[in-house]
Amino acid sequence: MTIELIAGAIKAILMILAGLSLSLFLLYFERKGSALIQDRIGSNRATVTGLGKRMGMPNLGIINTTIADPIKMFTKEDFVPAGADKFLHTLAPFLSLFPVMITFVVIPFGDTISISGHRIDLEAANLNAGALYLLATIGLGVYGTAFAGWSSNNRWALLGGIRATAQMISYELAMGLAIVSVIMTFGTLNLQEIVRGQGGVWFGFLPRWAIFTQPLAFILLLVAGAAETKRIPFDLPESESELIQGFFIEYSGGKQAVFMLTDFAEQALVAMLLTTFFLGGWQIPWLMRDGFHLPGGAFLALPALAVSLMGVVAFLFKVVALCMFLGMVRWTMPRFRYDQLMRLGWKGLVPLGLFNVLVTAFVVVATGRVQ
Amino acid sequence: MPPFLYIFLGALAIVSALGVIVQRNPIHSLLALIATLMTVAVLFIGEDAVVVGFLQIIVYAGAIMVLFLFVIWLLNLQVETGPTGHLALKLFGSLTAALLATELFFILAPPHLQVKFTHEPVGYGSLASLAGKLFTDYLVAFEVTSVLLLAAVVGSVALARRLPGTDDPRAARKTAS
Repeated sequence: MTIELIAGAIKAILMILAGLSLSLFLLYFERKGSALIQDRIGSNRATVTGLGKRMGMPNLGIINTTIADPIKMFTKEDFVPAGADKFLHTLAPFLSLFPVMITFVVIPFGDTISISGHRIDLEAANLNAGALYLLATIGLGVYGTAFAGWSSNNRWALLGGIRATAQMISYELAMGLAIVSVIMTFGTLNLQEIVRGQGGVWFGFLPRWAIFTQPLAFILLLVAGAAETKRIPFDLPESESELIQGFFIEYSGGKQAVFMLTDFAEQALVAMLLTTFFLGGWQIPWLMRDGFHLPGGAFLALPALAVSLMGVVAFLFKVVALCMFLGMVRWTMPRFRYDQLMRLGWKGLVPLGLFNVLVTAFVVVATGRVQ
Repeated sequence: MPPFLYIFLGALAIVSALGVIVQRNPIHSLLALIATLMTVAVLFIGEDAVVVGFLQIIVYAGAIMVLFLFVIWLLNLQVETGPTGHLALKLFGSLTAALLATELFFILAPPHLQVKFTHEPVGYGSLASLAGKLFTDYLVAFEVTSVLLLAAVVGSVALARRLPGTDDPRAARKTAS
């Protein structure tokens, strides 16, 4: 009992740390990756000793983004505007970060491993209603932005807050419908079971990932997830050209950093959701518990612990790849107009999602997988 | 759920529910209401009604409270400075509250309230058991409710929709000329 508790605590902390480190990586990618895409150099100033420069190495800007940026933000003045609701103004950044951070704990990042007789599930909280937990916590994320916009006593902030609230509420529906069709496909709400269900192959070579059975739902969750993170092309709530910075215009210093952290953590979370629901989570194609069963009939035996650890690495690999994909979308697409955004959400994604759920239901009934 | 946790969460729910009516600022009241709903949801989850608890968070804390937020924003409700309204209204309110309190006291007083501890069947509160009940015993009620909600959605859209020609600037100009 105590071992399980300790293991659970370690896993939860690990998962939250993974989210934070991914956010830091995304901050780096935001600076240097965007520079690469737009043919700029990007941040390349800060060094610790200047040694690398003297040796003729290019400055990769790692110190800029991982050390200098956070230090700069957390040492700046923390400003509360006049007439602002001080309590809510202070609470809002944390209200927006908290739901994202607690969502990380239900994401399965590996298969069950056994260490000295104890079977440990590599998922911080293996809930039977994991998918419902996800929807519940993601739905709470809206309050941070809404209260930030309202409490700042600024028209642009309020407009940004209203835009953010309406956008998140609208796209949550499409997100929920995409998740519902995956749940129907696998017949369970348990995320670990959903990932297990994506093991094995079809026709001897195609991995049983849900992206091949639910391609429409994958696209729905990708678009709705990008909209939930409020980033380009869905960054209407903070569009610089009209609202300056939208709902967190009146934030500075550490609180501003918390909002940025929320953005990156949300992006990491969306990548994790897409990986878990559609890209087989920790599953590696053709890798079973005893080793690789390659399509040609070749077999490569591997120890069980190595298989589990490779699963964790595969999960991280997929998440990072999806994060970079989302980042690339951000630096490639123009911004939507607000009416286009609402039309896409309510007239595009929601009917498609409902259609997908209906088709999935017919297929599930027709193939007789109803208990 | 251990008793101390139950008492702690219950106390938290009552305190935040008090916060809803004590706060002067409507947004603060809303925050307190969200806290109340969340605490009640945690109580549900602690008592093995996991699905009901999560649905409470998704539907009430996550969606309906956002609707409340929009209503507060749209009506531009300000901080209340003190009780308003007629003296008769205040008297009537106090009287009703007193009556309700008396009724609650008589219902919850020991001779009437008998605490019975029962063991829940296996799978109690799971999605399967809930869905089983909804789609077998209460199928008709469930489906009728969904039709009712659909009718409400269609009705509100029909009410909110601009009738053709009434609000169109071009049509207005035509009638003016």
